[in-house]
Amino acid sequence: MQWETVIGLEIHAQLATKSKIFSGSSTAYGAAPNTQANTIDLGFPGVLPVLNRSAVSMAIRLGLAIEAEIAPRSVFARKNYFYPDLPKGYQISQFELPVVGKGEVELVMGEDDIRVIGVTRAHLEEDAGKSLHEDFHGKTGVDLNRAGTPLLEIVSEPDMRNAKEAVAYAKKIHQIVRYIGICDGNMQEGSFRMDANISVRPKGQEAFGTRAEIKNINSFRFLERAINFEVERQIDVIEGGGTVVQETRLYDADKNETRTMRAKEEANDYRYFPDPDLLPLIIEEQDIEAERSNLPELPDIKRKRFQSDFGLNRYDAAVLTASRVLGDYYETVVKAANGEAKLAANWVMGELSASLNRQGMDIEQSPLSAEQLGGMLLRISDNTISGKIAKQVFEAMWNGEGDADSVIEKQGLKQITDSGAIESIIDDIMAANPGQLQQYRSGKDKLFGFFVGQVMKATQGKANPRQVNELLKSKLAG
Amino acid sequence: MHHKSIRQHADSLRQGEYSSVELTRSFLQRIKQYDGQLNSFITVSEEQALASAKAADERLAAGDASLLTGIPFAHKDIFCTDGVRTSCGSRMLDNFIAPYNAAVVDRLAEAGIVNLGKTNMDEFAMGSSSETSFYGAVRNPWNTDCVPGGSSGGSAAAVAAGLAVAASGTDTGGSIRQPAALCGISGLKPTYGRVSRWGMIAFASSLDQGGPMARSAEDVAILLQAMAGFDARDSTSAQRDVDDYVSPLQDSLQGLKIGLPKEYFSAGLDAQLQASIMQAIDEYKRLGAEIVEISLPNTALAVPTYYVVAPAECSSNLARFDGVRYGHRCEDPADLEDLYKRSRAEGFGDEVKRRIMIGTYALSAGYYDAYYLKAQQIRHLISDDFRKAFEQVDVIMGPTTPTTTFGLGEKTNDPVTMYLSDVYTIAVNLAGLPAMSIPVAPVDGKPVGLQLIGNYFNEARLLNIAHGFQQVTDWHQQMPAQFN
Repeated sequence: MQWETVIGLEIHAQLATKSKIFSGSSTAYGAAPNTQANTIDLGFPGVLPVLNRSAVSMAIRLGLAIEAEIAPRSVFARKNYFYPDLPKGYQISQFELPVVGKGEVELVMGEDDIRVIGVTRAHLEEDAGKSLHEDFHGKTGVDLNRAGTPLLEIVSEPDMRNAKEAVAYAKKIHQIVRYIGICDGNMQEGSFRMDANISVRPKGQEAFGTRAEIKNINSFRFLERAINFEVERQIDVIEGGGTVVQETRLYDADKNETRTMRAKEEANDYRYFPDPDLLPLIIEEQDIEAERSNLPELPDIKRKRFQSDFGLNRYDAAVLTASRVLGDYYETVVKAANGEAKLAANWVMGELSASLNRQGMDIEQSPLSAEQLGGMLLRISDNTISGKIAKQVFEAMWNGEGDADSVIEKQGLKQITDSGAIESIIDDIMAANPGQLQQYRSGKDKLFGFFVGQVMKATQGKANPRQVNELLKSKLAG
Repeated sequence: MHHKSIRQHADSLRQGEYSSVELTRSFLQRIKQYDGQLNSFITVSEEQALASAKAADERLAAGDASLLTGIPFAHKDIFCTDGVRTSCGSRMLDNFIAPYNAAVVDRLAEAGIVNLGKTNMDEFAMGSSSETSFYGAVRNPWNTDCVPGGSSGGSAAAVAAGLAVAASGTDTGGSIRQPAALCGISGLKPTYGRVSRWGMIAFASSLDQGGPMARSAEDVAILLQAMAGFDARDSTSAQRDVDDYVSPLQDSLQGLKIGLPKEYFSAGLDAQLQASIMQAIDEYKRLGAEIVEISLPNTALAVPTYYVVAPAECSSNLARFDGVRYGHRCEDPADLEDLYKRSRAEGFGDEVKRRIMIGTYALSAGYYDAYYLKAQQIRHLISDDFRKAFEQVDVIMGPTTPTTTFGLGEKTNDPVTMYLSDVYTIAVNLAGLPAMSIPVAPVDGKPVGLQLIGNYFNEARLLNIAHGFQQVTDWHQQMPAQFN
């Protein structure tokens, strides 16, 4: 039997507001337990929530970025359940009327492989606190610093068909929320968390299979692994004659497996109803326009611009616009390199990104500035250095030895472009290797590379490779 | 001096007849002397009261005083008071001391009022007789075998017996007006959103509204002037200027159009009580008012609608009392579930539990549309009834309650009968309108309340209408002999 996987994601993006969604407490990460929780966050008697307008602005920005409907009127509702890290006994969320309605995002899977994934809705809600089960000798510690932190829950349509697509979608949302400055995207600190709804069905069948929900995945790698494990598990269950149960599961990264957290029967009846402490959220056209005018260039638009302005293919343009900082870096390199866009793309995506990866660094931490890299590309394009020598220059710049010109100067790396000089070196080499010369001339073409190598060796790689090729060809021909 | 009005005390304080400290001492003395018979206070904060009185005397001496400066007052124990226990009449909060003041407490404190203590009430304001309190039942000063009404029964009894000049109350379904009626005082439930709910422990958030309780409409007006106003901490608070409630008190009632809803004068209304109400209406006619018979056709739906909406909200509002962060916690909980179950089972009384269960049921999956959603729709119909009525009339009048006060324990085992004592007051909360109760001629020595319902934010007119009546009658000045 051929199986098809169906995946939908719920992404919780922690909004980058200074204070909480319904109180004035700070949202800064890492404070001592319960030092950032006031009487509102603690659910004291008689205290009341007041909506943080900047959380609303951020929701509007997301709506604009995914071309979604932004609700002129949305409603906060209470989701009722008991848990020690939920001080009021209910979470303020949005249920029937969310702030952001239907939207979509485009995924560039390959050069000619574009997938459009629907976003069902996005709603504002408050986060719960944290229950700490270790270090309390059989008791549970409760830290309410996180209680009341604003979240935007972004719910996708069940439009993804494999783990790769799910990861690409999650990365896309991650990219968007960071671009528009509404979430720092820090996954270790829990600022961006994913729940995956996964089911399988026989290929060609229209009805969805029974789904399992995997909660609280905090890395793209784990997302991919969790989905792959879960898909295998469900297929095994069905092929073994069993049925998949609707349930909530956890992904254990150490064991690379998912396991039951709670079954549907144990699920809470959340008794949602509109929160009478909060008025309906009204968003006027002018609020939306104000956000639109402050919106930065969005990744898809930037990508298209990179394609048309810089002649990049879709895939390269998508890679170079993965984050705002990377896009800006690339554009600065192009400018410094006098418009050498292709060359700039090759170096940013090649040597630079490989070096960053090796060091586990983000583009923000690059020891090499975009101006420095662009300056070096200028020297490639004006033939001062060859591409091969440029790697040497790059490494020197990476190690903090100054900009390209001074490295070239100091290390004497300037390319030899004097034809006469190259010709005389070729003459010497031909004279020193009569055997090889004879073999070449009798038809052993492969030996051409040997002669190139000899010339480069003699010039310590500084001879202009194109000139070496041309001159060698004519000289060897005799 | 316990029978004087706020204005009379303010004059006396300014003329140096007595100081606020002396006045406060005399009220504290009366509480000691009489409250054993009434149980109207849960907490008397003598030390804080005397400190406020001293500060009030300094303000008076400095000429920096308001009409309320130095006036002995009592807060219903539902308003949080920084440093003084706020129990809400419940074992659950027997140990709870808020680190903040309710907005109402702050506003009155800024005006210089002296808070004598916290008054007894039905547990979490759920009740119509002030019998569900963890601290025992409150008694009616006019007949101590009878209830004072509820849930603000402690405030009503304390004011009626002269243990405080005035008091605060809250009204979710009649909890200011019904006890005011049963104890023979004046009480106002303002328009929803007129008085901040910040720091007022929530029962049903969409219905709760704090307000003043005092002898006279004038006292109520002076108090409301200080209590009302926008508060950014309460999202449902009205962003609208506060009217002058005091100056228009003297306005003429000539040409006033009074609507009498026929549904408020039907079966279930005590005949003698009806006669007393009609006698008051006659008084208004003599003052130049015109009587119009009106209809509020959805009146009968108010009580059932209320008993879906209020319990639904309460079931969620009271979820925070879980024994984790403050309040009652059971001994040696075995695990989390045991902690929740026993803390709540021990901390809450029967009426609170009953309403939590009703509300939880009404919000449950599969019942939400049939109960909660339907109730919200009926709420619109009820508001519409009033909207139409106010196209015809300036004020709606009728009895505050269907009967006068009843015996302690008489209705405690019959919740539905108890719920029906709020039959005339509940619709007002569902619609969010302002309404008052003022005393009219008693029946068999038991006070009777006339309810006056106004249009949204029309408190000034309502107070003017009540004051007009009190200028030509003296029911509001009567005091139970036992406490006089």
